[in-house]
Amino acid sequence: MRYAYYPGCSVDATARHYGESIHAVAESLGVELAEVDDWNCCGATAYMNVNEVLSFCLSARNLAIVAGKGNGKELVTPCNACFTNLRKTEAYLSQFPDIKDKVTRALAEGGMKYDGGVTTKHFLQVLVEDVGLDRIKAGIKRPLTGLRVAPYYGCQIVRPYGINDNPDNPVMMDKLLETLGATPTYYPMKVMCCGGSLMGTREEVAIRLCRNLLLCAQQDKADCIAVACPLCQTNLDAYQATVNRTYGTDFNIPIIYFTQLVGLALGLKADALGIQRCIVPAAQIAARYAQEVQR
Amino acid sequence: MRGVQQTVLYEEAMDHDFLDEVYGIPGGEKIKDCIQCGTCSGSCPVSWAMEESPRQVFAMIRAGMRDRVLDSLTIWTCASCYQCAERCPQEIKITDIMYMLKRMAIREDRKRSRSARALSGCFVGVVNKYGRNRETELMVRFALSTDPLGSIALAPIGYSLFSRGRLPLTGGSVRDIQGLRKIIAKAQQLGGE
Repeated sequence: MRYAYYPGCSVDATARHYGESIHAVAESLGVELAEVDDWNCCGATAYMNVNEVLSFCLSARNLAIVAGKGNGKELVTPCNACFTNLRKTEAYLSQFPDIKDKVTRALAEGGMKYDGGVTTKHFLQVLVEDVGLDRIKAGIKRPLTGLRVAPYYGCQIVRPYGINDNPDNPVMMDKLLETLGATPTYYPMKVMCCGGSLMGTREEVAIRLCRNLLLCAQQDKADCIAVACPLCQTNLDAYQATVNRTYGTDFNIPIIYFTQLVGLALGLKADALGIQRCIVPAAQIAARYAQEVQR
Repeated sequence: MRGVQQTVLYEEAMDHDFLDEVYGIPGGEKIKDCIQCGTCSGSCPVSWAMEESPRQVFAMIRAGMRDRVLDSLTIWTCASCYQCAERCPQEIKITDIMYMLKRMAIREDRKRSRSARALSGCFVGVVNKYGRNRETELMVRFALSTDPLGSIALAPIGYSLFSRGRLPLTGGSVRDIQGLRKIIAKAQQLGGE
């Protein structure tokens, strides 16, 4: 099983532990990830504020690199925003000839060409749909029995350009968590926005959204929140102390990438999964399952 | 008897250029299909932080109220989560139209666009330099360009990320940066913004 892998910029920085756990899990499950050669930023939401054609060009350049390689046209990315931009670009290029014409002309300036044909997937899809729950189950060394996890998908992953799942109540991650032996909690805010880059421009708004997400997890006694997007993780993790200060709460809920949970269940070492990089400490959760194996 | 206060906007006051611009973007024509049902406003996770709800903004667009729309806090509160677009029964690309309104407001230097424009500007600056977003540099640039003193409050957050290896001082770059810059320059010219 081989994919072109588009990590996205966050994986080099705030989401370093997402990247570490993805590589560890992929290796353990026999998924080969070939990083897209010389990839560039997808433009996130910021470029759309500046120039739409340019924003499409950024993703089209990455798609062109994958298409030009000729070995496999399946692209996987772990970031909800990159995922949306890549899929949206694909959709706009096929729906709007005017956009396609402009993007084609701009790419040509850099000696590149994209004519479609690349399928972009989220890493969650690769695990659940391609590797499959049966194969994951067969690899489990320490089931996450008794761990209550709020399945938080984030927003863009299920939206118009998103995964093939119920947009209001997706179950892909829930099923994965069950396979790991964990208990997905009732989490009605599973696709509610975390505020994204509003954390930079209107912090008080994003802080309230994060507070609601944490409160909802606490209400069904979640031990942690599982996430699938770098921005969700950073907002909920790095700003949890700000939420507590603002609202007088005492949340202490680890925000763990779903790939880290998969890795723990597969028996991988906590350090290799970057558990120690979580700001709200997640080491206790990791240790709980490590000890159960030794007993 | 008291005089009648005009609360209705008459057709003569419509800014037709504004309408043409909005209808001209890909999928923009669909705004005419809006049935004012309010599904967007009810679905929006941040409508409580807006002065006008998304539904009201769409009514204002169709009334050609350029200033009210482009000076509205609504467009800068949109977090681009696409919930409205996902649910709109008329399949209007609401989020993309919000993006377009943001671009128009930035272009016209509307006062409420400053913070988001600063963030977008810093982001574009970093990406045009390296081809990738170096998050550490973005955070520093943004803090310095908006509120250098106020951003001292962010120091503990920065430190908590830094001490866990999540804010590296360097980062990746695109090798073929010249090629990428040519693409960007051409796209800027073709995008007309």
